[in-house]
Parts: sequence; structure tokens; C-alpha cells
Amino acid sequence: MPEPVTRGEVLVDADDLAATYPGATVPAVASATFVVHGGERVSVLGPNGGGKSTLFRVLTGELTLSSGALALPAGRVALVPQTERSRLDFPVSALDVALMGAVSRMPWWRRPSRADRALAREALDRVGLADRAQRTFGDLSGGQRQRVLVARALVQDAPLLLLDEPFSGLDVPSAERLRALLDDLAAEGRGLLMATHDIEQARSWDRVLCLNRVQIAFGPPASTLTAQVIERTYGSEIVTLPGGVELGILPAHHHHHDHGGHGS
Amino acid sequence: MIAWLTDPLTHGIVVRAMLELTLLGVVSGGLGCWIVLSGMSYSAESLAHGMLPGLVGAALLGVPLLVGGAVGLVIAALSIVVVARVPRLDSDVAVSVVVTALLGLGVLMGLSPRTPAGLGEILFGDVLGVSDLDIRLAAGLGAAIVVVLAVLHPTLMAIGFDRAGARALGRRPAPFDAVLAVLLAGATLVAVQALGNLLVVAMLVGPAATARVLCDRMAAMMLTATLVAFAGSVAGLYLSYHASVAAGASVTAAILTLYGLALLWRAATALRGRRTAAAHA
Ligand SMILES: Nc1ncnc2c1ncn2[C@@H]1O[C@H](COP(=O)(O)OP(=O)(O)OP(=O)(O)O)[C@@H](O)[C@H]1O
Ligand SMILES: [Mg+2]
Repeated sequence: MPEPVTRGEVLVDADDLAATYPGATVPAVASATFVVHGGERVSVLGPNGGGKSTLFRVLTGELTLSSGALALPAGRVALVPQTERSRLDFPVSALDVALMGAVSRMPWWRRPSRADRALAREALDRVGLADRAQRTFGDLSGGQRQRVLVARALVQDAPLLLLDEPFSGLDVPSAERLRALLDDLAAEGRGLLMATHDIEQARSWDRVLCLNRVQIAFGPPASTLTAQVIERTYGSEIVTLPGGVELGILPAHHHHHDHGGHGS
Repeated sequence: MIAWLTDPLTHGIVVRAMLELTLLGVVSGGLGCWIVLSGMSYSAESLAHGMLPGLVGAALLGVPLLVGGAVGLVIAALSIVVVARVPRLDSDVAVSVVVTALLGLGVLMGLSPRTPAGLGEILFGDVLGVSDLDIRLAAGLGAAIVVVLAVLHPTLMAIGFDRAGARALGRRPAPFDAVLAVLLAGATLVAVQALGNLLVVAMLVGPAATARVLCDRMAAMMLTATLVAFAGSVAGLYLSYHASVAAGASVTAAILTLYGLALLWRAATALRGRRTAAAHA
């Protein structure tokens, strides 16, 4: 089993990357220029349809880039997909799903070993599902399924982890546990890229990448997440109360919408 | 009663038919589960029906059905691939048009003045008339399918569960899809000799569909599908022997009956579960 890379090694180097879905005319992600090092936790912020999942598809090789350059020197990438993408009707247990992560470390003719099974159990334990190992995946709750998919990524043991909204649907204790687990993984020297809608959480991570079909900004959250960047990221306004407390995100003025009947 | 059970077994052809169906049952238990779970049932039906002109053509020309079937399969597969790519035409619609056209062409050829003797055999199969070659082919196919599916099992599971995520596991789905498609074509070709053009799909898909209703683990599903295929074959052959009905049709009917029973059992369990839940509320 490969050792996790040491802190500081470049894991992702994207230079003006753009990707267009087959049949689409405009790219779903464009002008993405960023670097992720081992040990770094990078959050990816953006509205629905902002291109977060698309960026991850490019990084896993599912979607080819249409322009720009992308280097993934560490090779293997593990993905925790957005849960709604997973199949509920497939006849597998939670342990079976976690074990699928081992496939990425084997040639196609090999089968998972006893050590891989032990690793899969350990991964389920790390996400707090040791007692659910034999449950059918489709019978688990949404938050439990999400954690099984995290366990699968742990079994992959990749130096780079992509997490697509891994906190959605988690209750408070599970979210706490996942937060601690992600911190541990970064401390081991792995790089984390996490799509999220939680600006507060993004502030607590090392880097933030703001995407709204094009890259809006990339850098340390303290200097990057200005009101202006957030506004351009979400195409909307943050209401800031006197004293600097941000109340929330309001939709932008609807002046570009034509509801008809206005000037007639 | 004993005689009722043993009588059929004194006939060599019945025993051979049982052997052939058991081998095909192994094929259907393994491959059928992947066909059902990866949504290939429709492809299976398309291929089986699209190859009819090849089979009838072989009967008209007097060449072995296996050869005609193979040619028919290639033609059907190519036409399906070509029309499925016509832009602005829903691929399901395109495929069903082609398959219906091929099926119609096959029937027309079969009704031509030189109607070949074995048209009924082509449509409904002749389990009781299987040759040694058929049995050897089925054995070879069964062995090949078991080996290929066992070796590829981890990857097929990972792709089947999360197709979009397969790339992140270092696997491209396309080559594995192609392997399943080739196995499906081979299974159709070999099974069509015994079960006929119209019934082969029921044998390939029915047992796995039944197992799908009853099982929530892949290994259990494959084992159950094989057992359902075997039980359906035995029941069908006894029915055919004692009631003097066509063997292929009675085997198909037996498998479909098991499928119906599985659905009923599932519905009853769900209902009981809901009653219990209501009683506890
Ligand atoms: N398979 C696809 N084919 C074509 N277009 C797609 C596909 N998947 C997504 N898109 C489009 O690409 C854009 C970006 O989608 P993406 O899923 O990357 O957004 P996202 O930031 O992950 O959003 P969310 O927060 O809702 O998950 C959207 O406009 C979407 O409609
Ligand atoms: Mg998304």
C-alpha cells in the first residue's frame, strides 16, 4: 500500500482549465487556475449549477478538459460523490461498498484481499458505521449512505480526496466526527477538495476556490472571501448589518428577468 | 407417484434436455443477474429478436443455425448501433423500429414459398432435440461465463454500483460493458438452439429477475437465479412430458410462474411488515 505523500507536494495543478459537456456550447467550468498541496484542505464554494461537481469530474477523468492544462502528479484520486447520484437498488452491503475502494489499487484481474477487507471494516469504523457493516446499502439513511461513500474513499487510500458536499444530510454528531476525520486525513498529508455551500466552514479551511461557471477567486479564506467575491460567486447580495454581521444571502435584483406586463 | 417422477427420466431425450437446461441455467444465473442489474434486458430482447432473419436465412439455405444466428446477431448489433446514433431520434425508439423491422423480415422470410421445415423450431426451440454439439456448446459457454464473471466480479460490482464514479476507481466502464455485451450475444446464440427465438429472453432474464425480487446480496442473487432456472426447467419438462405440451413453452411458463410467486411473496411480506408497524404504532 502506498504511503500518503508528505505535506507540501503538489497534488493538483490546474492552469486556466475549462470543461464543456458534450453537446453544450458554453463551458460548465472555465478559467480555473489553482494548486492543491498535500496536507491542504481546500473548499469549493459556488451556487447550484456553479460547476463544483463538474470540476470534480474533470479531476477524476470522467470529463475531459476542453482547454487549459491539468497536472495530477500524485495520480490516484478518490471521490465521495454527491449522494443523490448513488444507486439504491443495487444488492450490496455497506461493507461491500466500502470494499469497492480497493478496486482502484488493483489490476482488473485481482480480487480484494483479506487485508483489504480489514481496511474496509476499519474505514466503516472511522465513519462510525462499524455496527452497520452488514446492512443493505439502499436501506441505510441518507446520512449513513454518505458516510459509507466516505469509507469507500478511505479504502482507496488516495493522496487526493474529492468530497462533493459530504456534510449534506449529516446530523450533528456525524458531522462532528466527519470534520475530525477530514482534519486527520489532512494531517496525514493528504490533499482535500470539498464542494460545500457552507461559507462558515469554508472560512475555517486552508484555501477556498469560488466557482460560478468561471473561477471567481482562489486563496486563503481570510483574504479571499470578501463581500464582493461572495456576491460575484453567488450572483447575489450578502446583507451586512452594522457591525459586520452577515445576515444571509438574498437573491440579486431581478432586473434581468422579464416578467412581462411591466411597462405595458 | 414414483412412476410419475421417474418415467420421464427413462427417456434419454428428457435427460439430455435437463442437462442442456441446467447448463443454460448456470449461464442465466450468472450473466442474467448482470443483464437485469445493468438494465440490459431490453438489449437482450433486441438482440434475440433481431437475429431472426439470420436464423431463418440459415434454415432456407440449409447451413447450420449457429452460423446463421451468428451472422444475424452481427447484423442486428450493427444496425442497432448505427440507428441509435441518429441524432434527434430517441435511441430507444430507433432500436425498437429496427428490431421490429428485423423480426418482421424474419417472419416474411419464414412464410416464403420455400418455408423451411424448422420454422416452429426456430421460434420456439426444440429442447428435446438438442444435439451433442448443443450440449457441448452450452457447457463451454457456461464455463467461460462463470470464469469471466468471477474474475471481473470486483470491477463489475464497482461499475454497476457507481458508473459515474468508476473513473475515480481507475476503471473505464466501456470495456467492461463490451465484455458483458459479448457474453450476452454468445449466450443468446447458444441458448436460441434449445429455447427458440421467442423464448430465449425469458430464460436469460426471468430467473435473475425472480432472484432480484428475493435477494439483497449479489452472491445470493446469482445462486437463487441459478436455482430458479433449474427448478423452472425441471418443472417445465415434467409438465411437458405429462401434459404433452411444447417443452420450451412449458419451461418458460414455469419460470414466469416462479417470478409471479416471488412478486406475491414480496408483496405479502411488505403488507405483513406494514400491519406489524401499524400494530406497534
Ligand atoms: N451530465 C451533464 N451533461 C450536461 N450538462 C451538465 C451535466 N451535469 C451538469 N451539467 C451542467 O453543468 C453545470 C454545472 O453543474 P454542476 O453539477 O457541476 O454544478 P454544482 O456546482 O455541482 O451544483 P450543485 O450545488 O447543485 O451540486 C450546470 O449548468 C448543469 O446543468
Ligand atoms: Mg454538485
